[in-house]
Amino acid sequence: MKQNKMIKIFIMGKAYQVPAGLTIMDAMEYAGYRFIRGAGCRSGFCGACATIYRKAGEYRFEFALACQEMVEEGIHLAQLPFTPAPRAGYILDDLDASENVLLQYYPEIACCVSCNTCTKACPQDIEVMDYIQAALRGDIKQVTELSFDCIQCGLCSMRCPADIKHYHVAQLARRLYAKSASPTPQHLKDRIKEIEAGKFSDELEELTTMNLDELKERYAARQIEPTT
Amino acid sequence: MTQAKLQAELAGGYPAYMRESIEKVKATRTQLLKSGPPAAMNAEARDKILDKFHPDYKPDKKRALAIGPSAGAMMPHEVADVLEAHPLIDPASIDLSKVDIEVDVLIIGGGGAASVAALFAREQGIETDKILIATKLRHGDCNSIMAQGGIQAADRPTDSPAIHYLDVLGGGHYTNKPALVRALVNDGPMIINWHENLGVTYDKVNGDYLEAHGGGTSRMRMHSAKDYTGMELMRVLRDEVRNLEIPVLEFAPAVELLLDKDGHAAGAVLFNLETNEYMVVRANATILATGGFGRLHIQGFPTTNHYGATADGLVLAYRAGARLIDMDSVQYHPTGVAYPAAILGQLATEKLRNQGAMPVNAHGEAFVYPLEPRDVEAAAIIRECYERNNGITTPSEIRGVWLDTPMIEEIHGKGTIKERLAAMWMMWNRHGIDITVDPALVFPTLHYQNGGVEIGAEAQTDVPGLFAGGEAGGGIHGKNRLMGNSLLDYNVFGRRAGISAARWAKKHTVKALSLKHVTNYEKMLKKAGLKTDRKTPLILPDYRNQAVLAHSLDIM
Repeated sequence: MKQNKMIKIFIMGKAYQVPAGLTIMDAMEYAGYRFIRGAGCRSGFCGACATIYRKAGEYRFEFALACQEMVEEGIHLAQLPFTPAPRAGYILDDLDASENVLLQYYPEIACCVSCNTCTKACPQDIEVMDYIQAALRGDIKQVTELSFDCIQCGLCSMRCPADIKHYHVAQLARRLYAKSASPTPQHLKDRIKEIEAGKFSDELEELTTMNLDELKERYAARQIEPTT
Repeated sequence: MTQAKLQAELAGGYPAYMRESIEKVKATRTQLLKSGPPAAMNAEARDKILDKFHPDYKPDKKRALAIGPSAGAMMPHEVADVLEAHPLIDPASIDLSKVDIEVDVLIIGGGGAASVAALFAREQGIETDKILIATKLRHGDCNSIMAQGGIQAADRPTDSPAIHYLDVLGGGHYTNKPALVRALVNDGPMIINWHENLGVTYDKVNGDYLEAHGGGTSRMRMHSAKDYTGMELMRVLRDEVRNLEIPVLEFAPAVELLLDKDGHAAGAVLFNLETNEYMVVRANATILATGGFGRLHIQGFPTTNHYGATADGLVLAYRAGARLIDMDSVQYHPTGVAYPAAILGQLATEKLRNQGAMPVNAHGEAFVYPLEPRDVEAAAIIRECYERNNGITTPSEIRGVWLDTPMIEEIHGKGTIKERLAAMWMMWNRHGIDITVDPALVFPTLHYQNGGVEIGAEAQTDVPGLFAGGEAGGGIHGKNRLMGNSLLDYNVFGRRAGISAARWAKKHTVKALSLKHVTNYEKMLKKAGLKTDRKTPLILPDYRNQAVLAHSLDIM
């Protein structure tokens, strides 16, 4: 494999030479870091590797997941592997979705100054401020839709001048919406009753004790349901 | 070269020579959509292609395990290596007379199975502060959170647990343990209902689930939450564990299990990764929910797995006397990212195919039914690249085939990818590739440990008082797991492990703690004449570059 050109990056202010074309995470490991914190799924789904960086010659901070963002010449970076943001405990079954539960549990959402810094900090490109505004209105459906891709890395809350715990607010909203406004389909309930009544027990018993040749025949004879 | 200059030489994220192949893919797309994909293989064709092309079927890549209760079992060298290894800790250095934490149920691991087990142990009446989740990284750093495509459950009127059973068994080449498959398919609908009650958001249209096929399914029973199914489940389960204030100890992996003088599981020795202290945890019942082995990079494959997937649980359970099952079987997900190199081996969900994307070769030809069971699909992609030479070679010299993602928008309408496959769109878009207009390059990637610590239907292992759930447990999937059955597995067997452990803990009190099984394991190594400096559990992989390691000193 051809070796990419080496570039200089700054990890917490200290310079290292690494090959171009690496993610921040791979570049840090190349430089000699062995992660304990700051690395998780390594695929952009877990939020363990929140990273703040500044490109050469830029004055602005930028935000990314170390496992997804590429390094470039002159980048200055540091990881933020933990966000000390408290969450409210609750019993889902006791909540009344018709009230503004979000405002009760997280009154600080009323302090939102609409600066949009949370949105700018989000590595998932979520309209964070918009869902906080929806939360303020008690619109849990909109919070669910807007926040759905949240990986709970905590960068929004780290940046918020009003100390809002955005990702905790969104988690509560999604669970409340799913529970209260998105009913369980009837056929699922019917199926559970059938299982409990033992409707499939004989057939399953037959299958679990069936000889191999007969099983193979049954498998080969399956009708594949057409895709709709 | 700067990022900007690199990007400038690419068009839509791809270099010119790859774009030439993409033009061929675009040229055949309409016709392929009209004619449909190639037909599915019959049993003989499946066997033939697996035997010739699937990495599991290469005899020189595995060996018989030399020692322990599963001695003689075949498994990849990388797995045998971690089992035929010295304990990381010297039992003599651990003071077992001082117990740091006492609980009824200790759960080792912090992913899906661990969370489900904790919730059900509590439901069985174990007091919250008598449960402990101890995990190597953070609560939720696991493979469960990365699962994208969905979870199977036979809930539609045209489906049944018996049909699900047949799909699972055929997909696993009839090697699965029947009682485990029965439990899996039987509990499926109940698990989905439990999720509904916890406030999990599943994809619905007009109040009904949006259910799809997976590779090897005969009914559409894949429930999803966009392509964030695993994340949605994990964040809700974690939130509920937090609501109930079940204690979680993070960055504290187990380094050995403890047994008592009767040979019952009795807790574990934990190691605080940040302070280097060990902790003795005494528990009346212990649950192994430690996930799989992706980070062993079997046969040099990249992996979809999370950072901590180093088979620690297998090692610990094996030293304690538990048998392993199906360890010769590794799941290579057919479609890992082959380009760009920065995200090599990351997951391109099977949902891309269940929504209509076909694998096509460099010439734009379809060469396989898109929803074969995973082992067959992976073998077909390997054949296309290495026997038929119809792959595309990347600048990093990785071969792959196209997954023609724009077909999804052709079939279901514009906007479908961003709506149903938001994570996939974002992953490639970060590297300048728009999968709504261009195909994605893929090749099989190491994805899942099909086997594990052998369990029974109540999640019990060979060691009394030790239970296992999720990827750590084995026997459910036989020699090949189907899409959507791992999320179901961790829920079904995580639940059963939690319930079984709670019941066991109510009846049994642990006696004097012992690490004698570890000392005995050392003796077995010596007796078998195995000379090695390997020490396990590995805890974490090491990706530092060789130049750094060559000058590394362990003096702090």
